[in-house]
Amino acid sequence: MDFTFWDILRNLLVGLQWTLLLSLVAFACGGVAGLLLLLARISRLQALRVLARGYIELFQGTPLLMQLFMVFFGIALLGVDVSPWLAAAVALTLFTSAFLAEIWRGCVESISHGQWEAAESLAMTRLEVLRHVVLPQAMRIAIAPTVGFSVQVVKGTAVTSIIGFTELTKTGGMLANATFEPFMVYGLVALGYFLLCYPLSLAAYRLERRLNVTA
Amino acid sequence: MAYQFDFLPVLANADLLLQGAFFTLSLTAVGTLLGVGLGIIGAVLRAWRIKPFSQLFGLYVELIRNTPFIVQLFFIFFGLPALGVRMNEWEAAALAMVINLGAYSTEIIRAGIQAIPGGQLEAAAALAMNRIEIFRHVVLRPALAKVWPALSSQIIIVMLGSAVCSQISTEELSFAANFIQSRNFRAFETYLVTTLLYLAMAILIRQLLAWVGRRFVVGGR
Repeated sequence: MDFTFWDILRNLLVGLQWTLLLSLVAFACGGVAGLLLLLARISRLQALRVLARGYIELFQGTPLLMQLFMVFFGIALLGVDVSPWLAAAVALTLFTSAFLAEIWRGCVESISHGQWEAAESLAMTRLEVLRHVVLPQAMRIAIAPTVGFSVQVVKGTAVTSIIGFTELTKTGGMLANATFEPFMVYGLVALGYFLLCYPLSLAAYRLERRLNVTA
Repeated sequence: MAYQFDFLPVLANADLLLQGAFFTLSLTAVGTLLGVGLGIIGAVLRAWRIKPFSQLFGLYVELIRNTPFIVQLFFIFFGLPALGVRMNEWEAAALAMVINLGAYSTEIIRAGIQAIPGGQLEAAAALAMNRIEIFRHVVLRPALAKVWPALSSQIIIVMLGSAVCSQISTEELSFAANFIQSRNFRAFETYLVTTLLYLAMAILIRQLLAWVGRRFVVGGR
């Protein structure tokens, strides 16, 4: 079967959609899990803090590929039939949550301690302090590094091609084998990622500059 | 739970895993030395806005930072032979790591160089230091000292990222893991042990770089 340039491009665009979808799912679910993890990481219960810290160290200190394999083969041990799509989404969610929790912890800790004390002296509970005083301010600081990290999530989805999830990189691999044009195909794959990531990088850079000027 | 864990078939292959870990560390060492070297050159060209090279390095940095490592690896290993540039899996893995780390360290070290106050350069010139002395003692070392933690983190990220090199059959740690689990069918146990090995290596490299930083970069004269 012969592939025209447009066939290649059309197939890559289908792969790109899966990359985009996986990135969105991982980022959304990872954001929610990351928020819970953040609360555990800054909790007053030492056990929670230690657990959250161990989780973050584990996911920041091991390759994403190994995390994918662990999830892929780990869920299978429970007797559940696991699709590459499910394993990819779960592993990337865990990965994203660890990094986001750590980024956000830095933002929360940059809020001056006087704010906590002032709020507590107004008889606010710890959750109220977080919700009304600390998190709104921390969120402002967190926007730029969070957008910056989203680039790492999009790039991380490429590794899921190894467990057989047919996203952009996997599609590229199959097309390269079918067309014997690896130079062009992988060039286009790289271009696809660049088009997804560069606007995010640019946005993160702009947001960082804008924040520094007003601060 | 019905599943019986069995780590013995994994530990029986400890020699393969350790050999793989050694190769991963070797790749990381090559990648770090050449990558940071490339980063220093790029950072100087970028920070001092040396004309055509500054823009070229800017383009290189953005291209690398906004594409996945595995795609860079595939492009080098599968794509470049079309241009007549042929290399084996070790050369391709090392080159991909150098190019990847080179881009990140260009940006990291550039930030360090730009954070050096101009007065320091003037003071050094007033002390009759020559250009090479100024670069070594007043520009490079303080710049590296400022960004050492960020640079260390990036080196560890590159080491962990090298796990995907098994996909072009570079026989590093994750390749060893794939090989072992394909023979003993203990995938979960094999990858668990391998993951912990990677974690240990990340901690080891962090300690090593912290020591190098204290001994040669931040502390001392």
